Amino acid sequence: MMSEKILYSYTGIFDTPDEVTHAAEEAVKQGYTKYDVNTPYPLHGMNKAMKLPASKLGYVALIFGLSGTLGALLSLWWVSAIDYPLVIGGKPFFSFPAYIPVIFEVTVLSAAIATVLAMLFFFFKLPNNAHPLHATDYMKKVSNDKYGIVIQAEDPIFDEASVRKFLESVHAKDINAVYWAEEEITHKHKIFEPKFLTFLLVVVILTSGTTYFTLNKLMFMLPFNWMMEQQKQNPQQKSLVFADGFGMRKPVEGTIARGFLPYAFKGQPDLAGEKLINPIPISKESLQLGQTKFDIYCSPCHGYQGEGNSRLRGQYPNPPSLHSEKVRTWSDGRIFAVLTDGQNVMPSYSTQLSVDERWAVINYVRALQRALNAKESDLQ
Amino acid sequence: MSTIDYTRELSVLEGKHALRELDDLIAKPLETKPDKKFYIALAITLSMTGLFVLGLALTFYYGIGMWGNNIPVAWAFDIVNFVFWVGIGHAGTLISAILFLFRQKWRTGIARFAEGMTVFAVMTAGLFPLIHVGRPWLAGYLFPYPNQHSVWVNFTSPLLWDVFAVSTYLTVSLIFWYVGLIPDLATLRERTNHKIKKVVYSIFSLGWRFSNRHWHHYEMVYLILAGFATPLVLSVHTIVSFDFAVSVIPGWHTTIFPPYFVAGAVFSGFAMVQNVLIMIRKIFNYEHIITVDTLEKMNKIMLLTGSMVGYAYAMEFFIAWYSGVEAERFAFLNRAMGPYAWAYWIMVTCNVVSPQLFWFKKIRRTIPVMFVIAIFVNIGMWLERFVIIVTSLSRDFLPSSWAYYKPTLVDGMILIGSFGFFFTWILLFTKALPVVSMAEVKAVVDGAQPSHKEH
Ligand code: HEC
Repeated sequence: MMSEKILYSYTGIFDTPDEVTHAAEEAVKQGYTKYDVNTPYPLHGMNKAMKLPASKLGYVALIFGLSGTLGALLSLWWVSAIDYPLVIGGKPFFSFPAYIPVIFEVTVLSAAIATVLAMLFFFFKLPNNAHPLHATDYMKKVSNDKYGIVIQAEDPIFDEASVRKFLESVHAKDINAVYWAEEEITHKHKIFEPKFLTFLLVVVILTSGTTYFTLNKLMFMLPFNWMMEQQKQNPQQKSLVFADGFGMRKPVEGTIARGFLPYAFKGQPDLAGEKLINPIPISKESLQLGQTKFDIYCSPCHGYQGEGNSRLRGQYPNPPSLHSEKVRTWSDGRIFAVLTDGQNVMPSYSTQLSVDERWAVINYVRALQRALNAKESDLQ
Repeated sequence: MSTIDYTRELSVLEGKHALRELDDLIAKPLETKPDKKFYIALAITLSMTGLFVLGLALTFYYGIGMWGNNIPVAWAFDIVNFVFWVGIGHAGTLISAILFLFRQKWRTGIARFAEGMTVFAVMTAGLFPLIHVGRPWLAGYLFPYPNQHSVWVNFTSPLLWDVFAVSTYLTVSLIFWYVGLIPDLATLRERTNHKIKKVVYSIFSLGWRFSNRHWHHYEMVYLILAGFATPLVLSVHTIVSFDFAVSVIPGWHTTIFPPYFVAGAVFSGFAMVQNVLIMIRKIFNYEHIITVDTLEKMNKIMLLTGSMVGYAYAMEFFIAWYSGVEAERFAFLNRAMGPYAWAYWIMVTCNVVSPQLFWFKKIRRTIPVMFVIAIFVNIGMWLERFVIIVTSLSRDFLPSSWAYYKPTLVDGMILIGSFGFFFTWILLFTKALPVVSMAEVKAVVDGAQPSHKEH
């Protein structure tokens, strides 16, 4: 039975810190490298006795702290100067002084987390509850009030007899051999055990299920009502105040919206041609506005020059040319009637173009007509 | 009195202790069944927590109209409680980090407990901004993440800095606390024969082996963490004070706020730690670990920070007068003589006058007296935040919008409830984890360190 076990180390116990420090010094002198000292609390001077090099964790803190600083600085800059520049309080997009608090906090956070994780996982290789020293009498003692030394079998100059002799020479008590336990050597991965896999599955289903429920259902129940449930009239809701039960009320009879004078000549284009006068004088601005609007709203059917060369390629009846004798002799008001009321298959443009814009388009149509049918006098 | 040898450092613990005894003493509350007194205490704190839950349920269901807050006093109990609890947390970090850097060994007996208190106080504090927004389930928007609105948070706002400061503070305090707990959890793992406890301790001690190859890095990391926690703790209350100082309300818009708030935070934190420790040492018989010497030192720190706070009160008044700004002058006269004068003068008595009694050694060392003084300090410091926040808001530039703020019943429930929440955690802590660091205390026992040959 004994012979099947693999030896991990020899351990010795001391009663005082002085003795263990002395033992560590001696172990170094003997040339042991795979040895360790276990004490319930850090002992002053032990680093020196064991000749341990200075801890490199300071560099981890430095590197991750600085990355935190830089990362925070860059992301704040990107967010507020590149991705979504927003003027806040008249400050520049990238207002460094205001970013100092956040940058500082991120620095501290990343340095602290990284240092501790690096220490536990990379320097100590923890968590490790499968170490041979666990569940030994030795561990019990050094966790409480004794000091111990371990000399590992891995040590190149390890030799059972000489190690025993060494431990006796430094007056260690309870000199014991520590063996690897079966499962500690075989390193069988417990991750693939069906029990653990079922456990994982349950965790996955539970977390995803609750997340789904919380985000998609719970958040839409009372009192999580997203401010929708309030004591006020919402659109399309039945009213308890008005007799007809309509929550949305019609404006008072005869109400006119601002800037929308009713059109007086509906269905009477000729009357409109007689009565309406173009109030917008021809000017550069008006022609430019007219051109823009004409190109947007009229040119698909009438062509850029108004010659009736539609870009709709037969999908809609081609309109007549705007350069016909008829349209040229029409008054501005008559054309206004066409734009406002529509004419046969041509729809009304009163919703797309304001009154002023309609007059501007008409001014532009006049300019187009003049360009194709210039008068003699225009040449001078 | 006999002559004292000033060349020798006084020992931290009273009397000579075997290391084993210390472990037994510290682990005792964890290894024995809680007694009747514990359950009574827990029942009280849990009922207070029940009030908390009820107050919050009312608030969330009906909206924050359940509180007394209304324009112009839009911030009241919610923010007062937030600042108060964050402040309480500061003592823990001061004890564990700043005193560690200054090599103050007397901190060992109280550091673990104070750190735990920091964590619980910041947890309590962290609830208030969430409560304050009325719809805490939308608080995710406080964090800058690429969201469907494609807008980011406002990085130039002190309220956003608060989010970063408080969450960083909580995380780093937790890490600091946990790192300190690892060796103790390993000691407990070795002590216990209870099956479940053994598994739990094994998991959380991560298989710590008391190896000196580990202690070596461990001490380094502890130093680094202390080095980071020190500016961090100063930054947290500085940023909290920016919530006020960066605005333009008379009475808030002052540059003295950051140091004044930090001093006040440490002041109130120490008062709270002292109060609770006096109870702990009595209940668990830790008189030799948390000694009267230690308490006296804490009282000295309260005297110092209390005087700083008193100085700040005076300086605020001076600057208000000296600045010549009419609104500022009015804001401060209004504090002392306006409708909230009662709060102001209770605050001054509690915060400025009462700690001055600590000049007397006798008072510094008499437990009942210092206990009462610390309670006064806590009341005073809570009122300080009330005075700053409420009086400034209730009467600002425009007299036509002045109003007198009165808290409602729900406000009171949440205030009392927050104490219940905090003390429930404290009670559970005393039964779940060692409230004194075993490893650190053992390390400062006389004769626990090698007798240096260099000497
Ligand atoms: C959807 C295609 C279409 C658009 C866009 C369009 N029209 Fe027309 N337009 C027509 C058609 C088709 C007619 C002929 C209607 C008819 O049969 O009387 C017409 C007729 C006219 C007439 C009368 C011509 C005549 O000889 O009777 C004028 C003037 C006119 N359009 C101007 C405009 C102006 C200005 C615009 C821009 C606001 C415009 N149209 C936009 C299709 C369009």
